[in-house]
Amino acid sequence: MAMVIDGLSWILIASGVFFVVVGALGLIRMPDFYTRLHAAGMTDSIGAGCILLALALQSGFTLVTVRLLLVWAFLLLTSPVGTHALARAARAGHVEPYRAAPARRD
Amino acid sequence: MTILGNYFYWVVIFLMMLGFYTLIARANLVKKLIGLSIFQGSVFLLYIGMGKILGGTAPILVAGTGVRYSNPIPHALILTAIVVSVAVTAVGLALTIRIKEAFGTVEEDEIHEHDEAF
Amino acid sequence: MEAVIHIALLALLAITAAAIIRLRSLFAAVMLAGIYSLLAAALLVALDAVDVALMEAAVGAGISTVLMLGTLSLVGRKEKRPVRQPILPLFVVLVTGGVLVYGTLDVPRFGDPGNPVHQHVAPRYLEESIDEIGIPNVVTSVLASYRAYDTLGETAVIFTAAVGVLLLLTSGPPLSRRGSEARPAATAARGAAPLDDRVILRVGAKMVIPFILMFGLYVQFHGDYGPGGGFQAAVIFATAFILYVLVFGLEDAQRVLPPRVGYVCAALGVLIFAGVGIVTVAEGANFLEYGPLLGDPKGAQVAGIMLVEFGVLVTVFGVMVTIFYVFAGRRRLRP
Repeated sequence: MAMVIDGLSWILIASGVFFVVVGALGLIRMPDFYTRLHAAGMTDSIGAGCILLALALQSGFTLVTVRLLLVWAFLLLTSPVGTHALARAARAGHVEPYRAAPARRD
Repeated sequence: MTILGNYFYWVVIFLMMLGFYTLIARANLVKKLIGLSIFQGSVFLLYIGMGKILGGTAPILVAGTGVRYSNPIPHALILTAIVVSVAVTAVGLALTIRIKEAFGTVEEDEIHEHDEAF
Repeated sequence: MEAVIHIALLALLAITAAAIIRLRSLFAAVMLAGIYSLLAAALLVALDAVDVALMEAAVGAGISTVLMLGTLSLVGRKEKRPVRQPILPLFVVLVTGGVLVYGTLDVPRFGDPGNPVHQHVAPRYLEESIDEIGIPNVVTSVLASYRAYDTLGETAVIFTAAVGVLLLLTSGPPLSRRGSEARPAATAARGAAPLDDRVILRVGAKMVIPFILMFGLYVQFHGDYGPGGGFQAAVIFATAFILYVLVFGLEDAQRVLPPRVGYVCAALGVLIFAGVGIVTVAEGANFLEYGPLLGDPKGAQVAGIMLVEFGVLVTVFGVMVTIFYVFAGRRRLRP
């Protein structure tokens, strides 16, 4: 049983790290602000979520687990709101999205 | 543990010097304040690093004997220092706003020109 | 194994600080300064300073960043290219760094329990505090009981900062036309968008603010048993109100919490703290020696600590709210 929990924690931490690294890579490589925002928004929700879940598995049924799950719930609520606020602010600041071809004036 | 040795202090002093350089070499007043906050942050790390005991834990007493706690006195000292640093930052930023309104710029050399021209 | 965490965090800190020096966009520099504070908070946890880490995260990545962003909206976001080569500052920095490193050659080994700093006062606090005061968090005992006089000075310092900021920024800028046209910077930034446009932000903020306030209360009262205490709790409380201002606007927020409440709180907390000291002197003990406050000595210590931490909470909350209101309400000077 302990080995199953340990193995699951390993998988979750590895996938959490993978998503965070992919998010960071997207932040560097993406062509414009909105696509970078889309990539970076992933790190908070699924990257941190996997890592927190792995830590909760490692802590068993203690108060620490409740706190970790509360942190995850808080992140799930505030990270999309933050991403939304950033995108709104960019739209209000007239940040133009990346276009492959120049925008046609219809 | 042994590989870290006193290199911890050296890296923290390097961070301190980065903040110090920003403080004295850059002309923009807000940049200077950011450099000051980096400088203060690394001073905090230096003090807390001095209070750390390897193999110790946070100075919150738990039941049981033989637990080694890190030194709580630098923690109390640095809590005070952090509050002082935020006070300095707030007053510094307020001064920067007033300087901008009075001189129209926050670059140090332009402010000196205004002063000389007066 | 701890060394790996220390090395990784220190490397990230160095990279962040170097990037801050190089950036000419002040907005990016302020954001990186917030990241620097968060990394420093992580390193502080690795160094067993959990109270300090909570404070550094709340203050550095929260209040400091918000105040600097408020300043940038009034002052301008780009730094000019430096006009002359910084040879002299570089030389000064190198000499200072060299002298400090020369000083660390005599410093005792990092983390050695036999260091002089761990010898005289610290073991006394760690061993005796459970008998004299009885609360598990030794840092709170030191801050609020053994070294309460320093904490009174610190509370007075933050109060002085509020007074200083008020003196500097409550008279408006010399505008040629005052009145309804010159709106505060915070509401001017909101633009003419209808309020319905911001549904997600409003609902998100409304869901989160009560929990932030409750967390602040938790940190305040749990400061005896875990990381926390008056300062951290006050910053968290102020953060909830700052979030309210950012989402709902300064006028709405000032209807909920008028600036006068901030002024009164800032002064009241220092008064409570010093008042406890005066009461103890009136009862015949030393200043801020909590013995005569209650019947039994340990209970008196706990009561004294709770009163003093409450004073700190009220003052720092009032100060943070006051300073933020003043920064957010500053009218942007029309060029």
